[in-house]
Amino acid sequence: MKKYIYALISMLIALSVDAQEDPKGQFSGNFQIDGQTYSNDSLTGAEEVPEKMLMNAYGNLRYNYGNLTLGIRFEAYLNTLQGISKKYDGTGIPYKFFTYKNEELEITAGNFYEQFGTGMALRAYEDKMLGIDNAFEGVLTRYNPIHGVFFKGLVGKQRNYFELGPGIVRGLDGEINLNETFALDSLETQIILGGSLVSKFQPDKNPTLILPENVLLCAGRIQLQRNGLGLLTEYAYKINDPSADNRYNYQPGQAILSDLTFNGSHYGFLLGFKWLNNMSFRSDRSAQENQLLINYLPSIAHNHIYSFAAMYPYATQLNGEAGARAEVFYRFQRETFLGGKYGTLITLSYSRVNSIDTTNLPMLDSVYPHPSHYKTTFLSIGNTRYYEDFLIEIQKKISPTINTTWHLQYTAYNRQVLEGKDGMIEALIGIADITFRLRPRHSLRTEFQYLNTKQDFGNWVGATVEYTVSPHFFVAVVDQWNFGNPNPEKQLHYYMARAGYTRGANRIQIGYGRQRLGVICIGGVCRVVPASTGFNFSISSTF
Amino acid sequence: MKKLAILLFGLLLKTCLWGQKLPAVEIKTLQGKNVNTSMFTNHGKPMVISFWATWCKPCVKELSAINENYPNWQKATGVTVIAISTDDSRSQSRVGPFVTSKGWTFEVYCDPNGDFKRAMNVTNVPHTFLLDGNGNIVYQHTSYVDGDEEVLYQKIKELSN
Repeated sequence: MKKYIYALISMLIALSVDAQEDPKGQFSGNFQIDGQTYSNDSLTGAEEVPEKMLMNAYGNLRYNYGNLTLGIRFEAYLNTLQGISKKYDGTGIPYKFFTYKNEELEITAGNFYEQFGTGMALRAYEDKMLGIDNAFEGVLTRYNPIHGVFFKGLVGKQRNYFELGPGIVRGLDGEINLNETFALDSLETQIILGGSLVSKFQPDKNPTLILPENVLLCAGRIQLQRNGLGLLTEYAYKINDPSADNRYNYQPGQAILSDLTFNGSHYGFLLGFKWLNNMSFRSDRSAQENQLLINYLPSIAHNHIYSFAAMYPYATQLNGEAGARAEVFYRFQRETFLGGKYGTLITLSYSRVNSIDTTNLPMLDSVYPHPSHYKTTFLSIGNTRYYEDFLIEIQKKISPTINTTWHLQYTAYNRQVLEGKDGMIEALIGIADITFRLRPRHSLRTEFQYLNTKQDFGNWVGATVEYTVSPHFFVAVVDQWNFGNPNPEKQLHYYMARAGYTRGANRIQIGYGRQRLGVICIGGVCRVVPASTGFNFSISSTF
Repeated sequence: MKKLAILLFGLLLKTCLWGQKLPAVEIKTLQGKNVNTSMFTNHGKPMVISFWATWCKPCVKELSAINENYPNWQKATGVTVIAISTDDSRSQSRVGPFVTSKGWTFEVYCDPNGDFKRAMNVTNVPHTFLLDGNGNIVYQHTSYVDGDEEVLYQKIKELSN
């Protein structure tokens, strides 16, 4: 062991001496450690863990010298925090790579992340909050032969906790910016075209079914921009891909996503729609949860910031959904009637997701279903409402020292379809967020939230008080009271106290409290976090 | 063993603190055009690079606070601010209209799959970097509370003196 350490040190010394001679050579990296203790709480049902304390930690180290970059990430889950899969338990170096890059070519060997287009064909990414990491291990090349033309090619297997999934993924993506490539400077419309081919291979070991070993997905996209108006559309088609997700359905999958945006001088809007059928695409047919996904199908529902607003979050239904969204941003300028002295910002947002229209196909016999299970038409909309939300948010500065945000929201969440229980939940949510600048660098932020619903756990009220001193300190107290719980014994207070210290890029935070059972979602991908009571801490640093 | 670890860490720190440069990574403009981060330059003047997202309240507060002071800062120091949105394809289309309605006047780019964020070792947003006229990272700060922009401006002024 010691031998290795000495070797490592002499290597580092050599490198660091080098780094000083050549200003191009440099190390950088980061650390993040999150820990929590878990105690029994008979009221919330939170349970102690045998380890008493759980911790997730990781550290990245990168070294860059001229055209070469090397990187590794060490990860430790000792043991994994509740809410993230226990299959992470342990330690390892799941991320290591080196990249060579010159003006037109970039080659990475090792582990890498990548996205084609909007991610509908392929997206490898990491989100530590969700416990997602579907990085590839293999080879990636990016090539920019002429101005405005970009190619990417990759081959690899995907990360599955501390192992690799069984499937091999091959991907190719091309993009051309017509204005840049053909020097169309006089053309007012900017046109970008792109296309992807992604194929996966997994041997068929199924004793009863004949499964396709190679599955191809192709996608095309177009992005137009003219003055303030922008349009982005991507379409994807997947050849038959029976899997555990679609209960071994042999029909092909399709998806389309389109966003129209407009930017005025002080206002803007977004109109979008999305339709998909049978688009789960994983490098292992039997993979579940958030594991081994090759593509990414973002949720079209609003991405909420406040905790009650995000109480019933929507996750994309990979087997089929039809959705639309509209959002308007408008700023009333200063010194106008509605703008007042400092201007007023209003946001209106609406999103809705329904089922797609399907007709079941007859069984082949008493055991086997029809290979396609059901029949549907492209862009058809079914009658079942999955999710709907509408919100209005007003941001208004009242005086040089008082800033306010007012938020009203309606949410409908079809738990019957999405989680298989409890029917439709409808909730009304009201939020007031007011910040007072007490003196330079001292602020007090107060936040009041109210959620009204006749279903689930009934009504909630919440308050947050946060005091901050720039640039180092913050302390906050949060209480969420479930006063409307139909079970009087469960009308509990979920309180939490937190304090933190930040210095430059180093940050340490500690807290104590009771956390309600909840769902954390990012980008339409969610994880359930069980109720817990205890201390928590978090340390992060970038260097 | 412990001493070795300390030595190792010290060495590492020594090389790290020694003025890092921006990595070269492809990101996108709000119109979808590819741009390489190695092209970012402010011709010998300081530059601020701030990582944010539309769903991150403190990030939006920070950039709004910077925006209020931006004309004065530019006049006094010649500083340029660049905001990097880490919104993924779910909310990437929102970034343009969002920025317009906020009235932000600095440049905004998109890093939808976190390539630039990773290369800069950013763990959480907001995370703000200050670069001197030679493109060396001289200061960085994570998270935002009201008033942090004044600390940042102090650092910018120190650079331009």
